[in-house]
Amino acid sequence: MCLAIPGKIISIDNSNPELKMAKVDFAGVMKNVCIEWLPDVQTGEYVLVHVGFALNKIDVEDAEKTLADLRAMGDLPEVE
Amino acid sequence: MRFIDEYRDAVTIKAISMQLKAVTKKPWVIMEICGGQTHTIIKYNIEEFLPPQITIVHGPGCPVCVTPLEMIDKAINIASRADVIFTSFGDMLRVPGSKDDLLTVKANGGDVRMVYSPLDSVNLAEKNPEKKIVFFGVGFETTAPANAMAIKEAARRGLKNFSILCSQVLVPPAIEALLSSENSRVQGFLAAGHVCTVMGFHEYIPLVEKFNVPIVVTGFEPADILQGILMTVSQLEQNKCEVENQYSRVVKKEGNAAAQNLLKDVFETIDRKWRGIGTIPKSGYRIREKYSLYDAEKVFDVGEISANESPLCIAGEILQGYKKPFECSAFGKECTPEHPVGAPMVSSEGACSAYYRFKKNELTV
Ligand code: SF4
Repeated sequence: MCLAIPGKIISIDNSNPELKMAKVDFAGVMKNVCIEWLPDVQTGEYVLVHVGFALNKIDVEDAEKTLADLRAMGDLPEVE
Repeated sequence: MRFIDEYRDAVTIKAISMQLKAVTKKPWVIMEICGGQTHTIIKYNIEEFLPPQITIVHGPGCPVCVTPLEMIDKAINIASRADVIFTSFGDMLRVPGSKDDLLTVKANGGDVRMVYSPLDSVNLAEKNPEKKIVFFGVGFETTAPANAMAIKEAARRGLKNFSILCSQVLVPPAIEALLSSENSRVQGFLAAGHVCTVMGFHEYIPLVEKFNVPIVVTGFEPADILQGILMTVSQLEQNKCEVENQYSRVVKKEGNAAAQNLLKDVFETIDRKWRGIGTIPKSGYRIREKYSLYDAEKVFDVGEISANESPLCIAGEILQGYKKPFECSAFGKECTPEHPVGAPMVSSEGACSAYYRFKKNELTV
C-alpha cells in the first residue's frame, strides 16, 4: 500500500493554485502528479510518487554517494 | 528505472551481505514494519544473504491486513446502496469481510470501482452529481495526506457528494504496542521509509530511548533492506541504540511539512482497532468535525457493526512477529490467495500471501 516510485518532473502546471500539478516521467510512462507539497520543485528533478502525489524530492547527490559507499564495501578484505 | 535498478544490482547486494557477515557475532531478531519491505524480503529471498544468526520477523505494516473486519463490513454496507459509487485501491476489494468482499458486491450489481488516486474519486464525484462517491481511505501516514488533500479539493470545488470511509492507522504507536508486550522478542526495527518521507523520524527518538532498541529508517529495494539490516546489527553489536536513516536520499528528519500541516487540519488522532491485534491507543486518524460532510461514517448511517474473525486465522500472531505463516494450520489449505481466510493472505504485502507466492514450494517439500 505504501508503494512509492521515483519519476522525473517534465513540466509543471500552476493553473490550479491550490493543487499544483506536474507531468512526471516514470521510465517512459507519463502521469499527472500533484506536487502541492513540494513548493520549490523544478523540472528535471526526481520525486518519489505515491497514489498520484509527490511525497518528496530525491536527493541525487546523496543517492550516488550512498551507492558508491555500498559498492566500496565489496572491496574490503573479509574480516574474520 | 533510475533509483530502482541500482538497488537491485547483484554486486552491491553481495558487497553489503559480506560486510553484514563480517560484523555479526551474536544472534539478533529484527522486524521490518512495512508490508512493502516484507514483499521485497520474500521476493528477493533476502534471508539467503544474511548470516545465520539473524532472524527477520515481519511486522504489522500492511494497512490492508490490519483494517478491522467491521470496517470491511461497513464498506460493503455502503457499497451495496443503489445511489453509491464506491471507490478503492485494488487490494481492498478482495479482503474478506464477515460474509462477502467488495468484489462480490460488484458481481451482484453494486458500482464498485478501483482507482489509482483519491483525486480520481473527487473527479468522479464532479462528473456524477446524482451519485454519492465514497473512497475507502485506508493506509498509513504515507497515504493519509493524499486522502486529506482529496477532502480539501472536494471542499474547494463545492462538492457535496464525496466522502471518505476513513480507516487510517499510524506506525509509531504500533511499534510502541509491540515493544510493550511481554512476548516481544524484537531487538531492532527497520522503520518504513515512505511513512518517514511524510512524517520524518523525530517520533522514533523517544521510542529508542524508552525501549533501548535501534530503529533504522529503511528503503524498499533489496540493497536498501540489506543496508538497513547492516546498520541495525552494527548498532546492536556495539551496544548502541539510535535512530539512523538508511533512506536519506528521500527521508529528511523533519519529513514533509506541507503534508503534515494538511494532516493536522483534516484529521485528529484516535484509538483504532487493528485486525488481529486489537485496539492500540492513539494509533489512527479520524476526520475532524469541521469536515464531517466528507466523513462517510457520518453521511451513511452504518451504525455499530460488529464482527468475528475466523477461528482458523492466526493473523494477530503473524503480524506481531510471533509466528511465521506456515505455522498456521490453514496456510495453503483452507487459506490461499484465491480464497483468503484472513487479510494477510489477500494483499501482496501481507506476510501470508508473500510466503504463499514465493516460498510455497520450498515449504511443502
Ligand atoms: S494463512 Fe490465512 S488463515 Fe492463516 S494466518 Fe494467514 S491469513 Fe490467516
